[in-house]
Amino acid sequence: MGCIMIFSGSEAAAKPRKLLMKGAEAIGEAAIRAGAKAYFCYPITPQTEVAEYLARRMPEVGGVFLQGESELAVANMLFGAAATGARVFTSTSSPGFSLMAEAMSYIAGAELPVVFINVMRCGPGLGGVLAAQSDYWQATRNSGHGDYRCPVLAPSSVQEAAELTLAAFELADRYRNPVIVLADGMIGQMMEPVMLEGLAAGEPVEKPWATQGCGGREPVVVKSLYLDPQVLERMNRRLAEKYAKMQTDEVQVELYNVRERHDLVVVAYGTMARICKTAIDRLGKEGLQVGLVRPITLFPFPVDAVHSAARHSAAGVVTVELSQGQMIDDVNLALGELGRSAFFGRSGGMVPTPDEVTRVFRDLVKRGAA
Amino acid sequence: MTGGEVVFSRPESLRRTPTHYCPGCTHGTAHRLVAEVLDELGIRERTVGVAPVGCAVFAYNYFNCDFLEAAHGRAPAFATGVKRVRPELIVFTYQGDGDLASIGLAEILHAANRGEKFTVVFVNNAIYGMTGGQMAPTTLPGQVTTTCPGGRDVEQVGYPLRVAELLATLRTPGYIARGSLHGPEAIVASKRLVRRAFEHQVAGTCFGLVELLSTCPTNWGLTPMAACQWVVDRMIPYYPLGELKRPESATGQVAS
Amino acid sequence: MSAVTIDSTRCKGCELCCRVCPQGVLRVAKQINTKGYFPAEVGDGTLCMGCCMCAVVCPDVAIEVRVHGVHYDFLGQ
Repeated sequence: MGCIMIFSGSEAAAKPRKLLMKGAEAIGEAAIRAGAKAYFCYPITPQTEVAEYLARRMPEVGGVFLQGESELAVANMLFGAAATGARVFTSTSSPGFSLMAEAMSYIAGAELPVVFINVMRCGPGLGGVLAAQSDYWQATRNSGHGDYRCPVLAPSSVQEAAELTLAAFELADRYRNPVIVLADGMIGQMMEPVMLEGLAAGEPVEKPWATQGCGGREPVVVKSLYLDPQVLERMNRRLAEKYAKMQTDEVQVELYNVRERHDLVVVAYGTMARICKTAIDRLGKEGLQVGLVRPITLFPFPVDAVHSAARHSAAGVVTVELSQGQMIDDVNLALGELGRSAFFGRSGGMVPTPDEVTRVFRDLVKRGAA
Repeated sequence: MTGGEVVFSRPESLRRTPTHYCPGCTHGTAHRLVAEVLDELGIRERTVGVAPVGCAVFAYNYFNCDFLEAAHGRAPAFATGVKRVRPELIVFTYQGDGDLASIGLAEILHAANRGEKFTVVFVNNAIYGMTGGQMAPTTLPGQVTTTCPGGRDVEQVGYPLRVAELLATLRTPGYIARGSLHGPEAIVASKRLVRRAFEHQVAGTCFGLVELLSTCPTNWGLTPMAACQWVVDRMIPYYPLGELKRPESATGQVAS
Repeated sequence: MSAVTIDSTRCKGCELCCRVCPQGVLRVAKQINTKGYFPAEVGDGTLCMGCCMCAVVCPDVAIEVRVHGVHYDFLGQ
């Protein structure tokens, strides 16, 4: 564990420092740079390195590190800590995220800014500990009960995991809403060069709602209970407006090799998108024009980007996931009158090779031409 | 008659808002004791309370200080979050027996074992009040509730949980006590326990929990007066009163 | 000389105060209050000795006690 410097010696001072870091550690360090004051956790593979990293780092920066008795407790500690106005977060993996769903609903209802890092592993149930993208539905709809949504940010590199962790804190504060960073086991475990230099918290957001003791003002209450149906519906509508604003203002997407016309358009995110890029480059050498739409925000979903790329594609669209098909629902919604997406996915911890993906794309192009 | 010295009135830490509690329910008394202690220690303006799920879910409407409303049983986790990030705040949870002793047992046990420096006011009335009188972990053997209509059968569901005794066995220093709210002397004695628990928090000494035996006349099917007598006759013999643990009894042995 | 006053709008008529009053000062009113309860009321107020037992047991903080002159602290609060 720990960071390996790629540049050393006298050159290091002049150049921005690049560090070789595990995804889990980069996430932890980015959170500290975002000004996180507290991290609560419960160990679970494949992201326990975040906890191990922060067990050392949080005390160094005067922050709180606490290992709770369960993910249930941890997520509820986040509620309490966030209610004081501090930037707080946790990291977990799929089964642990399910346990946190209870508190997420309360946190969304009480409109508290909290960042949840979910490094997905394969399920259902205990499933396995290898990489998967099978929690897409859970993260993008809502993990807990009630009418709420959370922005979901999906990194596809260690660098991006760090950047999106920082962005998650900013979004959480701005919208007073929980934000999910949805990585997969690959991102969590992989080591890559990272530049953390530019990562810093933005302007602090005023938090007059924070429970910090009522000295000099009227007491405040942080809650999600509204027994009057009229009041609750007003609240639901206000939340819906917030989510609608996210859909217009916060969409992030990467377009790779997207042109006027395509032989095939691919929609994939996270680790799967990287494998697709390799396949797309290979097919480009064969003279095939395959474009990739990579959603960076899974909610809000880049509906327009998918629709506009798909308009001129001979073989249509294929959605590629490390699951049996979850994001494809959003892709089909985005396609609308353009038809339905084809699907290719591996699951259970199986990750397709670039060769396998290349074959799938080539076959789809051939069939589309026929 | 007006004039003279007011020797008893509503504490500042309690709002004027009338409570939603049933007639004779001693939740109101427990609220008042806590509020009086916040006044006496001069800590209202730096106090954050955590309300439970159960009859006391609206506690935030009655206390005149900052408040959080917790998920069922998770108040100690909420309080941990607040206190860890802002240790200078005074934090207390107010929880019933279904909330604390059933669904929230892991949270209270681990908060106590970590020695979290907040205060827990645990109201034990041996029944689920808000949902309409179901069996609680604290329901007495033979006691009739809507989910044990033949009376609590200890062969099927075990004996009532003695939370204060359970927590008093922990090695981590803490202040654990049990009082009752059935009559004036008991209430005054309970107030002392609540005050000591808060004093330990103000001094930064230790975790504190005060269990208060409380009445639920509506769901027990008794008049308020008969309910108070029921506490004396049935509850106190099973849930003895007193200080069960003080921080100085560091071995985790039950203090005399 | 002491005086007990009951806020009859807050009182829910549980009668706990009537039971504990050692002087029999308090009783149940014959008229219901705005909540629909028969509230407690002061009978012969001259008997009140300011012991505060009624106020201590009142779950609704509906009772205020005033004292003129020496106050005997019966409950040792």
